[in-house]
Amino acid sequence: MVVKVENITPRKSKTATDEVISEEMDMKVKKYLRGEGANLEALKDKKLKGQLAVKEELYGKSATAAAKAEKWLMPSEGGYLEVDDEGIEKTWRIKQEAIAREVDILSSRKQYDIVLPDFGPYTLEFTPSGRYMAAAGCKGHLAIVDMKSMKLVKELQVRETVRDVVFLHNEQFFAAAQKKYPYIYNRDGTELHCLKEHGAVLKLQFLSNHFLLASINKFGQLHYQDVTTGQMVGNLRTGLGRTDVMQVNPFNGVVAVGHSGGTVSMWKPTSAAPLVKMLCHPGPVTALAFHTNGHLMATAGMERKIKIWDLRKFEVLQTLPGHCKALDFSQKGLLAAATGSFVQVFGDLSGSQNYSRYMNHSIAKGYQVKKVAFRPYEDVLGIGHSMGWSSILIPGSGEPNFDSWVANPFETSKQRREKEVRSLLDKLPPETIMLDPTKIGTVRSTRKKEQPTKEDREAEMEAAIEEAKSMPMKKKTKGRSKPSKIAKKKQEAVEKAKKPFLEQQMNEFSKKRKLTEETQLPKSLERFVRKKAVA
Amino acid sequence: MRVKVISRSTDEFTRERSQDLQRVFRNFDPNLRPQEKAVEYVRALNAAKLEKIFARPFVGAMDGHIDAVSCMAKNPNHLKGVFSGSMDGDVRLWDLATRRTVRQFPGHQGAVRGLTVSTDGRILVSCGTDCTLRLWKVPGDTLLESDDGSGNSSQPLAVYVWKNAFWGVDHQWDGDLFATAGAQVDIWNHNRSQPVNSFEWGNDTVTSVRFNPGELNLLATSASDRSINIYDLRMSTPARKVIMRTKTNSIAWNPMEPMNFTAANDDGKCYSYDVRKLNEAKCVHKDHVSSVMDIDYSPTGREFVTGSYDRTVRIFQYNGGHSREIYHTKRMQRVFCVKFSCDASYIISGSDDTNLRLWKAKASEQLGVVLPRERKKHEYLEAVKNRYKHLAEVKRIVRHRHLPKPIYKATKQIREMTESERRRAGRRKAHSAPGSIQNEPLRTSRIIKEIE
Repeated sequence: MVVKVENITPRKSKTATDEVISEEMDMKVKKYLRGEGANLEALKDKKLKGQLAVKEELYGKSATAAAKAEKWLMPSEGGYLEVDDEGIEKTWRIKQEAIAREVDILSSRKQYDIVLPDFGPYTLEFTPSGRYMAAAGCKGHLAIVDMKSMKLVKELQVRETVRDVVFLHNEQFFAAAQKKYPYIYNRDGTELHCLKEHGAVLKLQFLSNHFLLASINKFGQLHYQDVTTGQMVGNLRTGLGRTDVMQVNPFNGVVAVGHSGGTVSMWKPTSAAPLVKMLCHPGPVTALAFHTNGHLMATAGMERKIKIWDLRKFEVLQTLPGHCKALDFSQKGLLAAATGSFVQVFGDLSGSQNYSRYMNHSIAKGYQVKKVAFRPYEDVLGIGHSMGWSSILIPGSGEPNFDSWVANPFETSKQRREKEVRSLLDKLPPETIMLDPTKIGTVRSTRKKEQPTKEDREAEMEAAIEEAKSMPMKKKTKGRSKPSKIAKKKQEAVEKAKKPFLEQQMNEFSKKRKLTEETQLPKSLERFVRKKAVA
Repeated sequence: MRVKVISRSTDEFTRERSQDLQRVFRNFDPNLRPQEKAVEYVRALNAAKLEKIFARPFVGAMDGHIDAVSCMAKNPNHLKGVFSGSMDGDVRLWDLATRRTVRQFPGHQGAVRGLTVSTDGRILVSCGTDCTLRLWKVPGDTLLESDDGSGNSSQPLAVYVWKNAFWGVDHQWDGDLFATAGAQVDIWNHNRSQPVNSFEWGNDTVTSVRFNPGELNLLATSASDRSINIYDLRMSTPARKVIMRTKTNSIAWNPMEPMNFTAANDDGKCYSYDVRKLNEAKCVHKDHVSSVMDIDYSPTGREFVTGSYDRTVRIFQYNGGHSREIYHTKRMQRVFCVKFSCDASYIISGSDDTNLRLWKAKASEQLGVVLPRERKKHEYLEAVKNRYKHLAEVKRIVRHRHLPKPIYKATKQIREMTESERRRAGRRKAHSAPGSIQNEPLRTSRIIKEIE
């Protein structure tokens, strides 16, 4: 009996784990399938159907292979921070010191404060691989740091205000927005270019796939410059005033600008009008960040609200309370928000896009945070503030597995040179910046405009007439509000409301008559019908 | 509290010794690669451009004949050997690797019109307008490699004199029979000075003959009465005949689908037929602006090459209506014969300017040893290009070919003519009683009748 029970239990547990694994695999396969397959049922062409069926099967196979590789072959696992469910212990009560005691020495070294009281507040920028960091102090201090060996690569003092710094395509070049113009420096600190056309730039962004340097200046002008050719690709006037809230959406390369009126506008270099203009806050927008999957945007307003938006529907998903000066999404979707000397990290812990408190961190009182930036491929959050910069550990924020061909933290100089050539060959033209980049290579549907039916139009006309009838009449002076006058006026209003509908009807009728006249002729004589002169 | 953070030691992620290969880690997460479709599109565009840049199809010319090259034969046993015959009676064996004459076969008094090699690769048969049929021993590999110049020449094994001039010859794919085309179709044996069998259907000259690669006893001929005839050696009378509006110059069987053959027609089009269903063509391949002189299938059966009187060589898909490639040079004159090499990677054309020309079958293919990484890259670029081939810009680059001015003008003129013809037909239809005029597709309209 006992033996029997023992025999059954392991099998059961095995099937249970199998189920769990298969569910997990399904989720992963779905991620790699990148959307639904084509609807082959609707096709009439048998040959095409066959070809597409073969392709769909191949897509399915490659997705499963990728999912299996992710499940079994990945070298490292992601970080985490867990507490007992029933206890009073909460993740946001855990201090950095407690984490430092628990983790290995190598990781605890990533927790530090650099105190530079003279040149603050500092802004930070990481390379896409997370290997190098650029720090720019407001009073002219520029520094490039190798984060792996914690060595200063180059440090220079430009002796004027520096508002922002960005890396170009690799750590060899960086651009700094200085007092009057942005400048491009190389790794040795040599000034290469002065980009005078941009003007006094407040915020810089680099679009790495397009090799475009985007900047917004004091007059609210958005400039796009191609850094490979030097060509000015776009010069757009936002017309919404001065702002230094700008962020590029990594998913599609669209640049979003938050304005003092509470709107967020989204731009591409090839159109003068914004792609999207959405009113996000009643007051000025103070910070903006994008999730890497491109579906989520976080904005913070002066009215002490942080809103998380679904960019597919342009709807608010969640509103979090709190004042915020700087926002950033990590690779795994954690959201860091900072104000004053307090940094808060929100996490989507349930997986249902419901952000809640994950971790807190307070730096020394009186420090003013200017910028928060998650370090890619590491569980590290960099904080630039008025007294230098700090680095804290946020477990579970970074992507544990890097791809050597995308961004390699252990890149050698030869690999870097090869990558530079490859990325230049794959440089995207500015036209590929669009709200939905998956549209490229698909067929534009030739959907006709839906014509309203006769009943719809009649109902619309009835409604307009009703509205005209029910319009309240103003009380007018002396004899002009007589019942007869009012009746006449109402009649006129009704006529006026009817007019557009009747005109449309007339037009259609005449068009139909003309068509029937033409079709009355035999086909052979049609070509002798006098053609209407084209205006 | 349980906590773990990402921690990578440098040793684990870098190579141990400087001689090792760099370690590569992959993560296929779509979130790490934003705008992948745009990147793929740009790659496809670049691949299409690179293909154009590297398109250098002309390998070299083989100079030696002193009159126009009239016919060629592949040596089925030796990849780099090819035979050519010219209008002055000269037959030569060429080595494609060095592009030199290896051996000459003198003897013919008039033009050599047909050359063929037996399937075992031992006997070369040549025939010409001097009414003789000559059998030669094909020199072995050693001679081909020793390459001792064009000085040495052979003596024929046998010379058979017959009563009419020959227009073409083809050897059975297996066995020792071969057929000649002339006043009638004669079937010969290697060892006999008289034909073993003769077929005649009508009084017109038979201009080309080709054996079926699958069914050994089946052969197709074309005659100057604009007909294509199918013969079966086991029957005493010819099997089938289809008469077209214009003459067929040459025929090639598809080696992979041996029931299909393609006929090179005088109207500048090629017609693919199924031999079981001759009342309509399976496909009409049009692009040449003058009569197509010769045609040869690739050993893969997926494409064929044609040489034309308009001084160009074109490559067609076996089921494609238009050519995928056009080859021309300033010096190349009317092309009389073309052959696909036995490994499907080269094309040889012989033309009026006494030269044989060697072309690559894929214009931008990399010659020489291709490393696995290179091959993978080529395959990837080919796949991406194929994926985005329908997009306007990629399509434009891939389709674009520089044409010589006369060809360009003639193409335009032909297009105008067909367009006006179509317009006229439309009007005629409009003025006729409904249903009295049917639109006939090109596949059937060029066929006059089929006789069994």
